[in-house]
Amino acid sequence: MASAITLAADAPTLSAANTGFMLICSALVMLMTPGLAFFYGGMVRVKSTLNMLMMSFISLGIVTILWVLYGFSLAFGTDSGGIIGWSSDYVGLSGIGLTQLWDGYTIPIYVFAVFQLMFAIITPALISGALADRVKFTAWALFVALWATVVYFPVAHWVWGAGGWAFELGVIDFAGGTAVHINAGAAALGVILVIGKRVGFKKDPMRPHSLPLVMLGAGLLWFGWFGFNAGSWLGNDDGVGALMFVNTQVATAAAMLAWLIYEKIRHGAFTTLGAASGAVAGLVAITPSGGSCSPLGAIAIGAIAGLLCAMAVGLKYKFGYDDSLDVVGVHLVGGVVGSILIGFFATGGGQSDVAGLFYGGGLAQLWKQLAGVGVVLAYSLIASAILAFLIDKTIGMRVSEDEEVAGIDQVEHAETAYDFSGAGGGAASRTVAPAPAQGVAESKKVDA
Amino acid sequence: MKLITAVVKPHRLDEIKEALQAFGVHGLTVTEASGYGRQRGHTEVYRGAEYTVDLVPKIRIEVLVEDDDAEQLIDVVVKAARTGKIGDGKVWSIPVETAVRVRTGERGPDAL
Repeated sequence: MASAITLAADAPTLSAANTGFMLICSALVMLMTPGLAFFYGGMVRVKSTLNMLMMSFISLGIVTILWVLYGFSLAFGTDSGGIIGWSSDYVGLSGIGLTQLWDGYTIPIYVFAVFQLMFAIITPALISGALADRVKFTAWALFVALWATVVYFPVAHWVWGAGGWAFELGVIDFAGGTAVHINAGAAALGVILVIGKRVGFKKDPMRPHSLPLVMLGAGLLWFGWFGFNAGSWLGNDDGVGALMFVNTQVATAAAMLAWLIYEKIRHGAFTTLGAASGAVAGLVAITPSGGSCSPLGAIAIGAIAGLLCAMAVGLKYKFGYDDSLDVVGVHLVGGVVGSILIGFFATGGGQSDVAGLFYGGGLAQLWKQLAGVGVVLAYSLIASAILAFLIDKTIGMRVSEDEEVAGIDQVEHAETAYDFSGAGGGAASRTVAPAPAQGVAESKKVDA
Repeated sequence: MKLITAVVKPHRLDEIKEALQAFGVHGLTVTEASGYGRQRGHTEVYRGAEYTVDLVPKIRIEVLVEDDDAEQLIDVVVKAARTGKIGDGKVWSIPVETAVRVRTGERGPDAL
C-alpha cells in the first residue's frame, strides 16, 4: 500500500502550466512555416513568388492530415527494431484520452502530438527552397506526402522515439538538428541532383525580388524558433527549456554577426540577405546543441555556423548543383556543424550529464554525434533522390522549359504575385460592362 | 512645337518640376525608365554571388513646348538635373507636327 502511494506520487501528473506553455510553443512553431514561406518567397524572382509561398503552405495541409491518419503512430508509436513505430491507438489520434499523459511527461498526448506535427510540417517545407522556379506543383505535393511517410516519420522515430536506434545510442538532438535540418538539407541535395538546374543557372542574374520579405520571414522564423527549441523539452520543471531559450537567442546573434563580418571582408558590404541568412544558420546550429552547451558555448557554435554557412553557400557555383536558395548551404551545413559541435561543447550540466571534448568528456559523444549525422544524411539523401526519380519517371518533376521561363506562378497557380498595371483597373471594367446611357449623360454634365 | 525629353536621375525630379513650373510650363509626363549611358551599371552581391546590374533606374520627363521656348527650356531642365557626377542623364528635343487637347479638340500651340 505504502509503495503504491509512493508510485502514484512519483508518476507525473498533468501540469496546466506546461500544457499551456506547450500549446503556445506549438502555435509558435506553426508560424515558422509561413515565416519560411516569406523567407524563401522574397529570395526568388517575381515570376515564381507565389509558387515558393505555396510550396511551404501546402505542407501545412498535407502533412497535418497524414500525421493524424498514421504519421504520429509511425513516428511515436511503439518501437519495432529501432526503425519505426506503430500504435493503433494513435491511428487517427482516435484512441487517446483527453488527460492521457505523454509517457514520462506532464502534458497530454494531444499536446505532444500537435507540437511534433508542426515539426513534421516545416521539415518538408524546408526542402522547397532548393527547388525554386521549376517543380510542378502536383509533383511537389506528391513528394511532400511520400517524403513525410518514407523519410520524416521514420527519422523522427530514430531520433526522438522511445526505442529509436539513435535515441537509444545516445545521439543528442535537442530540437531537430538531425531530424529536421540535416534531414531536409540532405533531401534537398538528393532531389536537385535528380531534377537538375534552373534554366539560366549561373548565366542569368537571379536576384532576390524582395529583401524586405526575406527579412520579415527571417524575423518570424527567429520568433517561432523559441517555441521550436525551448518547447522541445516539453516543460519547464528543471530549467533546461530556459537554457535552450537563452542559447537560441545567443547563438543566432553570434551567427548573424559572423556572417556579416565575413561578407564585409570578403565582398565589401553588410547585406540584409547576409543578416537574415546568418541568423537562420545560427538558429539551425543551436537547434541540436542548445540544451547541452553554455551561453558562451552558444556564442562559439553560432559564430562557427555563421562563418561556415557563409562560406558554404558559394559551393554550389563551384560544383554546379543548383541549390537555389541554399538549403544545403544553410540547413545541411548548419545542422551538421551544430550536431557535431555538441561533441566539443557539451558541458555535462544541461540536458544530460554527458560532457564533450572541451569539458573533459573525451571523444565518446563526438562519435555518437557523427553516427547520427552520417546515417540520417545518407538515408535522406538516397531515399529522397529515389522518390524524386520515381516521380520524375511517372508524372514528371519539372514544368517545361518554356513554362519555367515564362514564370511558374502563372502556369501552376493562374495568378501573379503583384499587380504592376496600376492604370488598368477602371478602363477594363468599362469594357466588360458597357456604360449605360445615364453614365454618358452624367459625364456630359460634368463636362459642362 | 518641340518635344523635350529628359532622361535623368530619379532624385532630381522635384527640382526639375519646380524649375519647369517657374518657367511657366503647364504640364508634363513622367515615366519610370531604366537604362545606362557612359557610367554603365553597378555590381550587387547576394550571398557572395555578384550580379552586374546594367540598367539603372532613371526617370523620363516629356514636355511639349512652342519652338521659341525650346532652347531656353532645355537649359532650365539641364540646370535643374545636373549634379556634376557621372550618370546625370541626357536631354534632347525633336520637332512635333501636331498636338490635340483631347477634351476640347484645340490643336497646335493652343493645346499646350
